[in-house]
Amino acid sequence: MTDTVLPGNALPDNVAIVIVSHSPEVARGAADMVREMVGDEVRVAHCGGNPAGGLGTDVAAILAAIEAVYTPKGVAILVDLGGAETNSEMAVEMLPEDIRANVAICNAPIVEGAVMAATEAAGGSSLVEVRATAEEFRS
Amino acid sequence: MTSAAIARLIDAAAAAIRDHAEELGALDRAIGDGDHGLNMTRGFEAIVEQRAALADLPIATALQKAGMTLVMKVGGASGPLYGSLLMAMGKAGEDAPLAERLSEGVDAVRKRGKSGPGEKTMLDVLVPVLEALRVGPADPVAAARRAADAGLEATRAMLATKGRASFLGERSVGHLDPGARSSALLVHAVCDVLEGRS
Repeated sequence: MTDTVLPGNALPDNVAIVIVSHSPEVARGAADMVREMVGDEVRVAHCGGNPAGGLGTDVAAILAAIEAVYTPKGVAILVDLGGAETNSEMAVEMLPEDIRANVAICNAPIVEGAVMAATEAAGGSSLVEVRATAEEFRS
Repeated sequence: MTSAAIARLIDAAAAAIRDHAEELGALDRAIGDGDHGLNMTRGFEAIVEQRAALADLPIATALQKAGMTLVMKVGGASGPLYGSLLMAMGKAGEDAPLAERLSEGVDAVRKRGKSGPGEKTMLDVLVPVLEALRVGPADPVAAARRAADAGLEATRAMLATKGRASFLGERSVGHLDPGARSSALLVHAVCDVLEGRS
């Protein structure tokens, strides 16, 4: 269910993006929009769907997505509705402490937030800057 | 706690959820996304599959493992919420009195959900049950049952400010909260075991 894309020349120099939606299609679509903006300058992983394949989110898949794109530079997570946030928070807490410190869940709309975050990340910004840019988008 | 008692708790909890999955789904469809019955059933069936292994563990460890199973299997916000409840109840230690154990669990749910009582959630059942146990009632089982029923019923008039139901605003009023319902079901299931009824 987790569909991570790591282009051969994607370097871990930039903050990575993880997209977590209840719907695999929404997650994939948001990731497509991010890749259209930033190409392979930013690592992007997405996941959607519950452990049984229905709408929902899956802590194990979120963990796998974070681990797939992890870079010490940081990982910004974009989520849709409540359960995606709660499950993402749970996944982040399950990470080893030194990794957890470099992972942030952004309080932003999933599509717009992901595109804004990735655009900021592509410029080499820090996780704090990437998160702030995504969250500025809140209307 | 004996292996047999742990196995009875697992069976009673899973049966309570399984037997009311339709009802939980209907309550959730009214004010949420409708998956609470299915999600909880998937989580508790996963615990039932581990029953033999869990029953051989000390209760503190069994609770933590069962909680982790809910976290990994449920697929909705109720996974981390109920999972955190059980994990914290386990972390309270092997010999913690029930009220103290539940208190640790309730604190974990508050933190996980960034919520408190009065917001039309599972806490509206769990907090009154905890308060009822804390005063050291003569009949703790009866007190817990009464507190769970009253807490659940009180969610009907509440305005949801947490979770998907909060999107409905005033329209969330007049419906029981599905998470409060599943919590009440689980409280009654535990009470049934304590009374030797299942």
